[in-house]
Amino acid sequence: MDRSFINKYYPLYIESAVLTVTIGCMGIILSVIIGMLCALCRYYKIPILNAIAAAYTELSRNTPLIVQLFFLFFGLPKAGIVLSPEVCGTVGLAFLGGGYMSESFLSGLVSVKKTHLEAAASLGLNELQTMTNVVFPQAASVSAPAVCANVIFLLKETSVFSAVSLADLMYTAKDLIGMYYSTTEALTMLVIAYLIMILPVSIVFTLLERRMHRAGI
Amino acid sequence: MRGYEVLFAGNNFLRLLGGLWVTIRISLISIGISLVLGVLLGAAMTVRNRAVRAICKIYLEVVRIMPQLVWLFIVFFGITRSTGINLSGEAAAMIVFTIWGTAEMGDLVRGAFISIPKHQYESGLALGLGKAQLYGYVIIPQTIRRLTPNIINLSTRMIKTTALVSLIGVTEVLKVGKQIIDANRYDAPDAALWVYAAIFFMYFIICFPLSVFSKKLSDKFR
Amino acid sequence: MNEDIVIEVKGLKKVFGENVIINGIDLTVRKGETVVLIGPSGCGKSTLLRCLNGLEPIQGGSVFLHGEPVEYGKRSLNKIRQKIGMVFQDYGLFPHMTVLDNVMLAPLKVQKRPKDEVKTEAMALLERVGLGDKAKSYPSQLSGGQQQRAAIVRSLVVNPDIMLLDEITAALDPEMVHEVLNVVLDLAKNGSTMIIVTHEMAFAEAVADRVILMDGGVIVEENPPQKFFHDADTERAKKFLSTFSYSK
Repeated sequence: MDRSFINKYYPLYIESAVLTVTIGCMGIILSVIIGMLCALCRYYKIPILNAIAAAYTELSRNTPLIVQLFFLFFGLPKAGIVLSPEVCGTVGLAFLGGGYMSESFLSGLVSVKKTHLEAAASLGLNELQTMTNVVFPQAASVSAPAVCANVIFLLKETSVFSAVSLADLMYTAKDLIGMYYSTTEALTMLVIAYLIMILPVSIVFTLLERRMHRAGI
Repeated sequence: MRGYEVLFAGNNFLRLLGGLWVTIRISLISIGISLVLGVLLGAAMTVRNRAVRAICKIYLEVVRIMPQLVWLFIVFFGITRSTGINLSGEAAAMIVFTIWGTAEMGDLVRGAFISIPKHQYESGLALGLGKAQLYGYVIIPQTIRRLTPNIINLSTRMIKTTALVSLIGVTEVLKVGKQIIDANRYDAPDAALWVYAAIFFMYFIICFPLSVFSKKLSDKFR
Repeated sequence: MNEDIVIEVKGLKKVFGENVIINGIDLTVRKGETVVLIGPSGCGKSTLLRCLNGLEPIQGGSVFLHGEPVEYGKRSLNKIRQKIGMVFQDYGLFPHMTVLDNVMLAPLKVQKRPKDEVKTEAMALLERVGLGDKAKSYPSQLSGGQQQRAAIVRSLVVNPDIMLLDEITAALDPEMVHEVLNVVLDLAKNGSTMIIVTHEMAFAEAVADRVILMDGGVIVEENPPQKFFHDADTERAKKFLSTFSYSK
């Protein structure tokens, strides 16, 4: 392995890792918001929105991110909608993640027992009070593991961004391999970069899940 | 020519389907091998021996922590570099998806086995069943019922993930789509919109029924 | 109209799909009265209780609490429900809150009473049912009997005009049935108005001012406990009671 090569090019990786993480985080935050809204529309069976949310969830979950990105980046401009690679990455990840998050939140919401809803009603709590005091706290603890798994899944999916010419980690690695044939170094740095990005998140989530499990929530 | 006409001009649609078949074929072969190896791995993950279990667990976690695209790069570029063997993109993809599929399948099999309550074993034995009978009539049928929806889900995940192979130079549906778009660049400048939308729905038409079927099954078996 | 009447049911009808669950029931419960509803499974007694609290839509008749109509799905229902306490078979304690938080939820959020006052009252009630030391525990750390006693306190703390108890011992270990029933007996003696659905005949006899036997969605017999359990008017009641003894 060529040390000097690594020394020379690791700043490139840091730069592209920062870009990947930034767009990844924005996409994930958006997907949480979209997912919550969709899950609420479906849980409360709000007319029309319920159907739209359900259809969207299926579309986003049953197509690959790379195809979604190609459509956004190469297809949409032909309809007059031009998105920058950064916006494409964010929107694409949010589109994909929103569907997954919606499923996870919905499964938490429907897990709240009917007795609890009836108990809340018979205590005189109104819809909003029932939602905030009874439904959400319970749904949150049921949804949490799936939501965490989604976050890690979406972090990994960011690797596809290079397909829409975002200068992300994969892009940098491929560039270095193409230009200098220094495959080993380029790949090693790529792996390390992803480990640094994903491993801590994964460990924190595992610990959190264990604690919640022990608390019996 | 209008964009959507490009889709059906000449044999364009057939070419797209041909490209789709490339990724589907990669998925099917990988899923098939993963199924066999995954059952073995899953069984290994439930043995008493701690060392065996630890090794399996490490394998699973190592495979899972990296994005599949990174694995594709490692195998496609890395193996070529370190061994001098010139691996085709398709072969690299099958290797990666089999390694990944086996890990996930193994975890599903393990999950299905440990989800069988202890009293099922005990009541089977209490009926006087032998070990082979116990597994053949009681445990394995229940395991398969629990496993099938999850295997279908994993298969849709693998089918979706194989779309990545265009990034290691395999000529699959996205690449074919790009070729068609390029060829009609002047006749139909808006072809990209229709072609990529078509590819989007092609994946949806394959994956959506599988998801529905899997959900139906898991509701039925609950 | 009589001031004493807490709940009044007129010609109540409940249909579920093709099944008629409740087929015209009239019922009046006065202040301080304890009415016990018994009957075979599926006779509609639990459904009746749920209709009284507006948890089920009804297809005919009406329910009044102090002259005010109880109507399923109406916004005003929350106000009325604050005056009706309900305890469920499977406790319905919220698992993410401590026992004390469960008890204080409605007085704080619905009645908007000051926290200090609510806490004092909640603790006093918990002490009364022997759960003073469990106030800070989560429901999952309690036995079934303790959970059910906590659930009773939770409905009691809002000072309801009437308590509805729906088979509150059905899910309990036999050993714990007593501790829960003692709490209810204590409430009855202190003048609480209650409608109780139960399968515990000895308890029914001890606690009731009036026993109602339901079958097939109608009231078959209605009598004071002494009369009902020892000299029932109807053959149906005698037959029902005989299923609880082992002698042939």
